[in-house]
Amino acid sequence: MTFTIPIDNGDSVKNAEADSQRTLYPYVTGTSIVAIKYKDGVLMASDMGGSYGSTLRYKNIERMKAIGKHSLLGASGEISDFQEILRYLDELVLNDNMWDDGNSLGPKEVHNYLTRVMYNRRNKFNPLWNTLVLGGVKNGESYLGMVSMIGVSFEDNHVATGFGNHLARPILRDEWHADLSFEDGVKLLEKCMRVLLYRDRSAINKLQIAKITEEGVTVSQPYSLNTFWEFKAFHNPTAGAEGSW
Amino acid sequence: MFRNQYDTDVTTWSPTGRLFQVEYAMEAVKQGSAAIGLRSRSHVVLASVNKAQSELSSHQRKIFKVDDHIGVAIAGLTADGRVLSRYMRSESINHSFTYESPLPVGRLVVRLADKAQVCTQRSWKRPYGVGLLVGGLDESGAHLYYNCPSGNYFEYQAFAIGSRSQAAKTYLERRFESFNESSREDLIKDAILAIRETLQGETLKSSLCTVSVLGVDEPFHFLDQESIQKVIDTFEKVPEEEEDGGEAEAEAAAAPAEQGGAGDQDVAPMEM
Repeated sequence: MTFTIPIDNGDSVKNAEADSQRTLYPYVTGTSIVAIKYKDGVLMASDMGGSYGSTLRYKNIERMKAIGKHSLLGASGEISDFQEILRYLDELVLNDNMWDDGNSLGPKEVHNYLTRVMYNRRNKFNPLWNTLVLGGVKNGESYLGMVSMIGVSFEDNHVATGFGNHLARPILRDEWHADLSFEDGVKLLEKCMRVLLYRDRSAINKLQIAKITEEGVTVSQPYSLNTFWEFKAFHNPTAGAEGSW
Repeated sequence: MFRNQYDTDVTTWSPTGRLFQVEYAMEAVKQGSAAIGLRSRSHVVLASVNKAQSELSSHQRKIFKVDDHIGVAIAGLTADGRVLSRYMRSESINHSFTYESPLPVGRLVVRLADKAQVCTQRSWKRPYGVGLLVGGLDESGAHLYYNCPSGNYFEYQAFAIGSRSQAAKTYLERRFESFNESSREDLIKDAILAIRETLQGETLKSSLCTVSVLGVDEPFHFLDQESIQKVIDTFEKVPEEEEDGGEAEAEAAAAPAEQGGAGDQDVAPMEM
């Protein structure tokens, strides 16, 4: 009598070989995304850096992409997982377009789809190592939400990922208000990005600002922020402790 | 329609390019009791005739809620109809769960049609013997579709299926051009009047029909007997003073002439 023991190669709890198939640590990562709702829609900012541990290895990574007609996705965390997510969304948008029936996926639908994907991956102990920001406008209504790698998902008027949570959100809590103009919105985002540039070691001075309104998505060309280093305390830093550096 | 040598299998074509088994399945729809649907820009009304197996039993349910924004009325083999309603509910709720958003009715109807088509192309299956009137909402407003056992689907402003539906269709054809702009109340009234046409002489009572409504700001729900009776009372006055037809004429026999085949007593027990 033949007796086969079922081998499940996907079961990473019992099978060491399968362990190599699931995500354990991130390798190439993007840092914060900051996004706010404003008068005409949503504004999102990110820098173009991809860090390889403590090395700032890649300096031309676009971490914000348009999804369909109504949404904009920004990601921090593992870049390859972000690219995988873009492939999933590509298929989703393609199938939606193929219906060709006047209905289309809005930002709320995309956000919830991503929440389901992230949460299901987390349940299998094989997460997509990203924190995603989903913004969009449909039928005049602005939408801004976030999903983390463990599937925590929520909407708000302003969101930030990674270091942005600690450095940018306090600024936004004080200074954000409804119906910001485009110029004020950009100024507010730049203020947040400047603080991040000074204090987040994985940030680089090359950022993009993306805007999404009823008309569609535009991602700006990369530019850099002005920074100020002429503080008096920087002039003679060792004044208080001769011999140190 | 007569028996011929090409009608045994659903997968056998006739020399004239027909699939007889599929056509026979569409006959089953005509045997069921009437179901009617009409829509305006913002509302859909589905109504059906309550038919009971015998005086002792209750009537069969022919209208089902699929979701807050989609309802379906069936005619034909009710068992097949129930199974398809369950499928529709499942599709609808899965979409809501993944996208937190209602499934557009147009997309549901296509999935339903594709499911029906499968049964017309497998030798070990038979076509579903039920016609479905699907009413629902999507981004562009209210829609009414008819799904056929053949796997075809059509969009309608108003439609009627089942036995004696021709009488209802004639009534609807006279009035349909105004439906798009109709108020919710007028739409309901037209639905009940169309149901009355299929009764051909029987007095219209609220116990004889089921009426359901859904709209852009109104989730799918059934109207209670009182509300239906109130609408009936607006056009069926005291028995002697009928506006058009009804009691004044001799009450038609329990099995009046109808289209599409056998008399009432010959209706197969599984069809309602």
